[in-house]
Amino acid sequence: MSAVTLTTPVADADVRALRVGDMVTLEGTLFGIRDATLIHLFDRGRTTRFDLAGHAVLHTAPNVRKVARSPQFPAGYAPLCIGTTTSIRMERFTRPLMERYRVRIIVGKGGLAGESLTAFRELGGVYLAVIGGVAALETTWIEAIEDVDLDDLNPESLWKFRIRGFGPLQVAMDSSGGSLYADVDAKARARRAAVLASLGVR
Amino acid sequence: MDVDTRQVEEVARELYIRALKILPDDIKAGFARLDRDETDAGGKRVLGTMIRNLTGAEATDNLLCQDTGIPIYNVTLGRNVQVDGVDLEAAIVRGCERATREHPLRSSIVHPITRENRHTSSGRRVPVIHVAFSERPEELAIEMIPKGSGSENNSWLRMAVPADGVAAIERFVVDCVLDAGGRTCPPTIVGVGVGGSADLCVHLAKIAATRALGSVCDDPEGAKLEHALSAAVNELGIGPQGLGGDATAFAVHVELAATHITMNPVAVNMQCHSARRARAVLTPGAVTYGF
Repeated sequence: MSAVTLTTPVADADVRALRVGDMVTLEGTLFGIRDATLIHLFDRGRTTRFDLAGHAVLHTAPNVRKVARSPQFPAGYAPLCIGTTTSIRMERFTRPLMERYRVRIIVGKGGLAGESLTAFRELGGVYLAVIGGVAALETTWIEAIEDVDLDDLNPESLWKFRIRGFGPLQVAMDSSGGSLYADVDAKARARRAAVLASLGVR
Repeated sequence: MDVDTRQVEEVARELYIRALKILPDDIKAGFARLDRDETDAGGKRVLGTMIRNLTGAEATDNLLCQDTGIPIYNVTLGRNVQVDGVDLEAAIVRGCERATREHPLRSSIVHPITRENRHTSSGRRVPVIHVAFSERPEELAIEMIPKGSGSENNSWLRMAVPADGVAAIERFVVDCVLDAGGRTCPPTIVGVGVGGSADLCVHLAKIAATRALGSVCDDPEGAKLEHALSAAVNELGIGPQGLGGDATAFAVHVELAATHITMNPVAVNMQCHSARRARAVLTPGAVTYGF
């Protein structure tokens, strides 16, 4: 296990070097996406003016306040509370995000499943686990909302965050086929029979 | 006691914001207990971060979690409380909408078909408003629950049959916890509804999931079941955030209702670790906030 700081956009080799259990702190830019953003990008033929190549995306939709544009608030939004949503709903979008937009890091909570793990292996990607429900803390890692696209979907817009010390985040799925979620699930299911027996259930 | 619905509107507004910012004392105590007992280093790290977030949110007057949830208001009318029910509901909706606009809060509510977000945290039949009655004289209580979607998306109903017995209930709860894994933001409160009709059973599961930690089902059979299941699910090793560890659930809570001779329904509804709720009690001349 190692602890690394990665500044986005990242080099493919740096992502492929990560293994489950490593701790990553992100610097630079982080893009916020979620259900409606992805549905519109991949099912409704819309596109974004942002270049996501080599970047990290966060499964989120923030609480923001509309303010006048300024150097502090370049997009006209002040971040109020930014956290992470459950990733699994967006499982089918991992591969297209990586293939079409060359996204290499997905930051989320709760984990992704087999299709994403295959995409990470084939295309060189990782999943970094944020601790869900700790948004007050996570908000302090966001310096500013630099830009926003597809804002008719607000709050499910495509957000461009400027971050500082975003993490540490645990590598929970890697490009060598490792998945902490799959490991924990397999162990838990192996205990099922004993747990039911302790309840007197056959 | 005559209820002033302008006051109800203010209370409904205040409750939504309070619920999002201050975790109830019983949940904080639950965190302390889980942190003390956690034997997995990774699980301990995750719990520590969650606990830091609680103090951080209060110190910065920020929301605990970015998910403003699906707003639920549980209204309990005591004896001799006079209010126009239509006005009462409208006041709650206005309060919920004002909290969203004035704080501001992310509106998480959309039309289920068009997915249109009106940015009001309200829509057809939302906020969810439940009305119940109590013996307590001259008292109107309002509980607000911003129910997060990560846990709400993990809700299940099984219409088991009498021949399946209590074993079907126990097996179902264990399997729901397994299927949920880390998606529900564990440690959770696993709410279990047993009996009733299909809709009542699911409603009971929600009541169970949002009950205070330390409370016990007032039916002895239900209490026995929740005690056994609380120990059982924490043997699975799913742990905080599903990343492994002891603390999978703060507790399993069970609520019961009588059911039909042919039926054996069981429902599960989970509450995430950001187990937010706020409560206000209106009495003549006073409003008292708590959990």
